[in-house]
Amino acid sequence: MTSTSSIEAQVLQPYKYGFVTDIESELAPAGLNEDIIRLISEKKGEPTWMLDWRLKAYQQWTGMTEPKWANVKYGPIDYQAIHYYAAPKQQKKLGSLDEVDPKLLETFEKLGIPISEQKRLSGVAVDAVFDSVSVATTFKETLAAAGVIFLPISEAIREHPDLVRRWLGSVVPHNDNFFAALNSAVFTDGSFAYIPKGVLCPLELSTYFRINAQATGQFERTLIVADEGSYVSYLEGCSAPSRDENQLHAAVVELVALDDATIKYSTIQNWYPGDEHGKGGIYNFVTKRGKCAGKSSKISWTQVETGSAITWKYPGCILQGDDSVGEFYSVAVTSRRQQADTGTKMIHIGKNTKSTIVSKGISADRGQNTYRGLVKIMKGAEGARNYSQCDSMLIGDKCGAHTFPYIDVRNSSAIMEHEASTSKIGEDQIFYLRQRGLKAEDAVSMVVAGFCKDVFRELPMEFAVEAQNLLSISLEGSVG
Amino acid sequence: MLQITNLHATADGREILKGLDLSVSAGEVHAIMGPNGSGKSTLAQILAGHPVYIVTEGLVTFEGRDLLDMEPEERAQAGLFLAFQYPVSIRGITNAYFLRAGVNAIRKSQGLPELDPLDFLDVLQEKLKVIGWDDSFLNRPVNDGFSGGEKKRNEILQMAVLEPRLAVLDETDSGLDIDALKTVAAAVNKLRAPERATIVVTHYQRLLNYIIPDVVHVLVDGRIARSGSKELALELEARGYDWIKPEADVA
Ligand SMILES: Nc1ncnc2c1ncn2[C@@H]1O[C@H](COP(=O)(O)OP(=O)(O)OP(=O)(O)O)[C@@H](O)[C@H]1O
Ligand SMILES: [Mg+2]
Repeated sequence: MTSTSSIEAQVLQPYKYGFVTDIESELAPAGLNEDIIRLISEKKGEPTWMLDWRLKAYQQWTGMTEPKWANVKYGPIDYQAIHYYAAPKQQKKLGSLDEVDPKLLETFEKLGIPISEQKRLSGVAVDAVFDSVSVATTFKETLAAAGVIFLPISEAIREHPDLVRRWLGSVVPHNDNFFAALNSAVFTDGSFAYIPKGVLCPLELSTYFRINAQATGQFERTLIVADEGSYVSYLEGCSAPSRDENQLHAAVVELVALDDATIKYSTIQNWYPGDEHGKGGIYNFVTKRGKCAGKSSKISWTQVETGSAITWKYPGCILQGDDSVGEFYSVAVTSRRQQADTGTKMIHIGKNTKSTIVSKGISADRGQNTYRGLVKIMKGAEGARNYSQCDSMLIGDKCGAHTFPYIDVRNSSAIMEHEASTSKIGEDQIFYLRQRGLKAEDAVSMVVAGFCKDVFRELPMEFAVEAQNLLSISLEGSVG
Repeated sequence: MLQITNLHATADGREILKGLDLSVSAGEVHAIMGPNGSGKSTLAQILAGHPVYIVTEGLVTFEGRDLLDMEPEERAQAGLFLAFQYPVSIRGITNAYFLRAGVNAIRKSQGLPELDPLDFLDVLQEKLKVIGWDDSFLNRPVNDGFSGGEKKRNEILQMAVLEPRLAVLDETDSGLDIDALKTVAAAVNKLRAPERATIVVTHYQRLLNYIIPDVVHVLVDGRIARSGSKELALELEARGYDWIKPEADVA
């Protein structure tokens, strides 16, 4: 035996998606002011109401301060040093995918997201966003035939202004928090989906976000509205080049489910995590919230978070409709010097509302992983139920796991169940698997995959495999 | 096949094995008996390469290779199998998946193609019969919620599937009912072949009625204190261990 008894974090495999696409981009000057916002709005050909909304958000943002309560440490962010708009040149209106710059198609192909007609994923409609713009959306016709609207949000603002205006900011108001206000002022692209009454969306909808340009931030905005009795499953993926500087990603996602509608929202987050010394990486400060506005509606969040230097993210559900259901399934992996402060908020307003929280935190190397969750049962939420399970796994002894579950119950009929555990990855488990012939890395992957199973099985089939591979890569080398 | 010479080992700074010698040839079955805490499991774990035990002196060769220089998975790939005295459970991973991962890891190391789930299922069905189990155990998480006896049987299932060259069974008979004991013995006997060998660690002569050993060893205080034929097991059953003095004291 060469190694000693401890299962330790060691060298980590380089980030696989860290390449840069050499493409000419059009950059707005660095810095943030009303003129920049006007410029973004103009680039997008927006109506006045949209610009006014942005400016209102900007006004509010200037009076707000960055939240400091999260269990993460990072240096000050210079908001005036960031470029708020970056777009690959060649942004004339594209008639078909064939006109997309081959370099962009190639980029997405390399990321495993083929978007050209011949190679695209079957059963999944993809909106590919590169820096500040959407470059392609596949399967538009199939979706249109079903009455489903799936568009880059910038197009939706122009083509479906009434729908967008009605729902934008209805779940995450323009002044919700510091990062959401910033996003409302400068958001550049993202996806919009509307599923009409009674329609079960025939494809998985998916958006892939790619940050490419240097010194830019990505501020995308996603809005999904599921009308009465409809169903949609949506998946979001992301990655970025390896750069020494930190880059800001401040997204907002809003979901609205009307009576009897179901939205399943899955994320595989793989932004550049920084190197093993903590240099570089994405600051992922994201506001995601769903509103179960109608009775018996359901919103289910599933997230697999393996990337980013810092993650600050609490996908939540406002359970307004009676009998509505909110779910949150999460795997968060922090390795190297990554820090994650993530969890959920479940706000029970309607009667007999139910929420389920399953959170799995994995810390390796010097990673710090915090679960922060709030379950709030309002006065009128007769018969509300919550089940929470928060498990943490430590790999090595330089990492950390922290749990902050907040509970606020104002109706005595509520039933709450909470389970939590923290364990070190079992040396005996790893040894057992190695005794059966598995390599140490594969043994760790297997134990971790087993630990995450309750979350992985919530992912759409195609992506469960990807998630598992991603996890193995993130943890590669974390065994000595 | 296996040659252990003057093996000294510690755990947590404490010496447990104190100059152990043992030689097992292909085709043989050896039984190791001995009082609680004498070092039987320690020996088994060291053969498998558990990192908690530190070998301070001595040599172990397995089919001509320096065993102590091999990683645990290399030992498994070379055909060494340990049925654990206390098998661990693995949440979220089904028994079938786990078994296939082991088989394929070993096949891969031998340059053989991996078995897909369907091919593997055929192999499994046949092995399940050997230990008298139905499919239901395949879809349960590895050892999770298994009774003590079921865990032991699961070890034997793994052995049957992996078909090792050298199997080390650490008290696999403890906690088994009489039918299970016969099943386990049948599975071990099924693997008996001129090119294979087995070491069974046990406290009970009863097992040796079904698995007839070629040699019986008594391990006392980190050393083999006595070796003999299968009659030695009967004698131990009748007289206990007190009459056996560590050889060092005799010498
Ligand atoms: N990891 C360890 N750390 C410290 N001491 C250990 C460790 N493993 C074993 N020991 C000690 O070494 C001695 C031998 O243990 P071992 O498990 O090998 O005994 P055994 O012969 O298998 O006993 P039993 O018949 O009860 O199974 C015991 O005193 C035990 O407490
Ligand atoms: Mg023992």
